Order: sequence, then structure tokens, then C-alpha cells
Amino acid sequence: MAVGVKVVNRPGSFSQQMFLPAIAEGLGVTFRHFVKNFFGNVTGQRKKTDIATIEYPEEKKAYPERFRGLHRLMLRDDGQVRCVACMMCPTVCPAHCITIVAEEAPDGKIEKRPRIFEIDELRCVVCGLCAEACPCDAIRMDTGEHAHPTYRRVDGILDKEELMSRGIASRAVQGGVGAFWREKITNVPQTPPSGDVAPLGPPAGPTQVVDLSRK
Amino acid sequence: MSTFSYGQLGFQVLEALVKILFMVLGFLMPLASILTWLERRQSAMMQDRLGPKRAYIKLPIIGKFYLWGILHFVADAVKFIFKEDYVPSKAHKFLFMWAPIMAMAPALIVAAIIPFGPSLCWSDLWHSSGNLVCDQPVPLQIARLDIGLLFYFAISSLAVYGATLAGWASHNKWAMMGGLRASSQMMSYEVTMGMAVLGAFLVYGSLEPGEIVAKQSQFLSFDNFRQSWGIFMQPLGFVLFLTAAIAETKRTPFDIPEGEPEIIGYFVEYSGMRFGLFFLGEFLEIVTSSAIMISLFFGGWHWGANVDSFFAAHLPNVLFVLVMFALWTVKIFVFCMFQLLIRWSLPRFRSDQLLRLGWQRLLPLSIVNVVATALIILWAQRS
Repeated sequence: MAVGVKVVNRPGSFSQQMFLPAIAEGLGVTFRHFVKNFFGNVTGQRKKTDIATIEYPEEKKAYPERFRGLHRLMLRDDGQVRCVACMMCPTVCPAHCITIVAEEAPDGKIEKRPRIFEIDELRCVVCGLCAEACPCDAIRMDTGEHAHPTYRRVDGILDKEELMSRGIASRAVQGGVGAFWREKITNVPQTPPSGDVAPLGPPAGPTQVVDLSRK
Repeated sequence: MSTFSYGQLGFQVLEALVKILFMVLGFLMPLASILTWLERRQSAMMQDRLGPKRAYIKLPIIGKFYLWGILHFVADAVKFIFKEDYVPSKAHKFLFMWAPIMAMAPALIVAAIIPFGPSLCWSDLWHSSGNLVCDQPVPLQIARLDIGLLFYFAISSLAVYGATLAGWASHNKWAMMGGLRASSQMMSYEVTMGMAVLGAFLVYGSLEPGEIVAKQSQFLSFDNFRQSWGIFMQPLGFVLFLTAAIAETKRTPFDIPEGEPEIIGYFVEYSGMRFGLFFLGEFLEIVTSSAIMISLFFGGWHWGANVDSFFAAHLPNVLFVLVMFALWTVKIFVFCMFQLLIRWSLPRFRSDQLLRLGWQRLLPLSIVNVVATALIILWAQRS
């Protein structure tokens, strides 16, 4: 037989059936932890790394790099929204939580831009398909924040300004490149975008990072 | 007791009332309330967590007092009182209302027979009680009943009605199952409980806890062995009684009736202070069962002949009584912590395992214990 089989004889030995030795051993383990933590508390020697608890509102655990959280709309170099209202994200969204109303863009290089861009964070299932579908790196979910609790349902719907307020300039090539973009990228000299460049992962904030690795 | 007089009767009634008020409001309820906090805090210490520590009281000038989070029980009580008192529409209103009280009351009533200190010499409070002959001793025990522990078994077995009626009156299947499990479990373990203390009765020749405590004046003495603590004479009896007592309180190795991960149990429909009464009753049962165990097996308020006589000789009677009461409280507290340690260390039994353990292991063992004790006493008397 390929699978290893461990035969367990039940009932076990007499001392196992008595329960008492095993109970004493278990009580010993828990009592040791109790004494250690109790006197650690009394003397102040209890280390932060010995405690599994994170006191959440005051200290927060660092999320992994690819954590999907609240959406944000990225910006062009000139501070305009990157979105070109291509309708990819509302199409792919399984929860139908994205509403886009397009309008004509004032400069001739880009056809459209969103007049209204709303995301209902209460409906969002945080699947990340919108960020994946976006062809121009306009919508991202890397804020590292959860959807905030609100008193009214209306406040769960984020509008364009709110989404852009978390956005920064993207490192991706800016729109209007058209077909054969790979060749063009290699030929066109990249001008470094002005302002901040979006770093990988969630933005650095006042979040206190707790080292959870045990010693 | 030679001559009856109304003055004497009035004194006795007053004395009993004072003792009842002191035990209930000054000892049992505060200790049980603190245990609700201690359970969470101690389990946190055992599991490398933090536990409740955030409740504080803010005094006008001095500032915030955290007191290691002890005030959480006050916060809990306030929350319980102000929560909606929800009664399911199809519940039996009357029984639903009374079940929590019936679950908690036995634990309080049982405290009547617990001796919690040496006799207070009312006529001579300020002299040392070393070799004092007292003409009007006040025993620190609410009721001296000759039936003693039979009263304990009679009343504590009434607690099962609280659980079962709560389960039935809630009109909820899970509550019903919890109530049924509670009744089957508590009835099974009562048998073992009664059998386990028979050995102690044989050794001390009395059912009355005050008298049993008085006989355990030595810690461990080989000259007059029958005056040492019960744990040395009835070790098996103690283990059996402890197991059965934990099963009676319906806590974790035996928490089938509650079964938090599956059926929540007989109080699933309760909210607010009615749930709080169940909760508090459970902790009251821990305190009273600890007190009974200490009276039977750990010498009650005695701390060995040397300690007792030292305090008796050097302190005036009233201080001696206070010191011995405080030391008795320490014993109770350690015992309660031990029960919490067990509750947070052991996994649960399955229902069939529970009944098998009760009927096939503990009951025969307790009968063996009784017979062996009787034979040893007979042999000791003949030789």
C-alpha cells in the first residue's frame, strides 16, 4: 500500500485509560505558561513577541504586498485621472459595483475620460478583476486599507474625487501610444514622471508594523 | 439551649441574617464576579494572550484606574442590565423567566452549610482565644444542620431543573438538547459525587461540615491519623469528588450541555441579565463546590495545628477569626484558580464518553473506595 497506515490500538494502555497522567502533563504545560506570563507581567519582563494578541486599533499588522483593499484611481503626470472610460472594469465586475459615465476629453490625444466614476464599496467583493482588467493602470486596489465603516449606506459609495485622493502618478506608460506599443516603448524615450512614483505595495503611512516572528 | 427565651431567639435570627448577608453580598457574589474576569484573564495568561485589561474607572482628580482590568465585570454587569430582555414569542413565559433564578439559587442556598471560620466569641472579643472557654460562641456557619452534606446534595441537585427548564421553555431545539444533556449528565455524576464523600463520612463519623472541619485540626499527623486533612485519608475520594464536582458545574471537560462550538446549549435564547444569571450561577457553583471540597478534604479554615495555635495564642479573638477567614479565602481562591486551570487545559468529552466515564469508571471506583475505607477502619479498630 502506498499510503502509510498507522495502527492505533484502542483502548490504549492502562495509564492512558486512567487519563490522570496525561491530564497532569497538560495542566503542567498550561500552568508553566501561566506562571511565565504572570510573573512577566508583574516584573514587566513580558516581551511583545511573547504575546499573540495584536491590540488592533492602536497597532496594526502589516498586510502582505499583494493585499487587495480599497480602490484608488491613479493620476497622470499632470494630475488628471488616468482612466479613459473604456468600461472594462464595470464590464468585468461580478458585483456590478462600478458606475462610469464618460465624457469627451478636452485634449485631443485621448478620446474619453470619466465624468462620473463611482464604486460602491459595500457591494464590492474585493476580487481584484477590475484592477486586472484595466488597460492603463488607472484603477488599483493596493491602498492597504479596508472599506471604512459608515453610518449611512450612501457613504459607502466612493466618487471620483474620493478615489483620486488616494491616487498618485503611475509608472506605466501614459495613454495614446496605440498599436505596436511594445516597439514604441523601446523607441520613445521615457520621461520620468513628475511627482511621486507609486511604490510597490501599500503606501507607507502611520501604520505601526508589528514583528510577529517568534524568536 | 437549656431554657427558651425570646431574647435568645432574636439573637439567633439576627446572627443568621448578618451571616447570610455577609456570605452572599460580602463573599460569594464578589468572588463569583471576580471569577468572571479571572477566567478570561487567567486563560489569556495560559495561552500567551493579553486578556481583558482595558476597562477603567475615571475618578475626578486622581485619574484613571485600570486595576489590571478587574473592572470588566462591572462593565459586563452594566451591559447585561441595559440589554434588551428578549423573550421568544413561543417560549413558555413563566418558566422562561424563572429558569435562570432556579439555576442560580441552589448555588447560593448551598453556601448555608459552609463553615468559613472559627467560632467568634461574642462575649469576649478582645482576648486571645488560646484556651478561652466561651459561653456564647457564634459559629461562622449559617446553618448547622445535622444532615449536613445531604442538604448539599439535595439542593445542588435542584440546579438541574434550572438548566432543563430553560431548555424546555425556550422553544428551541438546541436549547432543548442542551437541557436534556444537562439533566442526563448531572444526574449521572450526582451518584458518583454522593458515593465519593461516603468515605469521608466514614472517616470523620459525621455528616455535618462544621464538625468534619473541626476534626481536621492537624495538617498531617501520624499519631492521631484521623485528625489530619481529608486529602491524606481519602485521596481517591477527593479525585472522584473533584471530577464529579466539575461535571456538576457543566464546565469544559464536561461542557456537553453548553457545547459552545455546536448547540450553545440550554441558554441559547437568553440575553441580558437572564443570561448573566446563568453565567454567574456557574461561577457561584465553582465557589461553593470549592468550599465543600475544602471543608471535606483540605481542613476547612484550618492550616495545621501549629499555625492555628500560633494565631489563637497571639491575637485577640476577633482578629484571629478575621485572619483565619482571610486564609480560608486564600484556599478558596487557589481552588477556584485550579478549576479554571482545568477548564482551560482539557478538551471536551463526547457525550457517550462522558456517560461511560461516569457510570463505568467513576461509580465503581467510588464504591471500591467506600468498601476499602470501611474495611480499613474496621481493621484499625480491631487492632
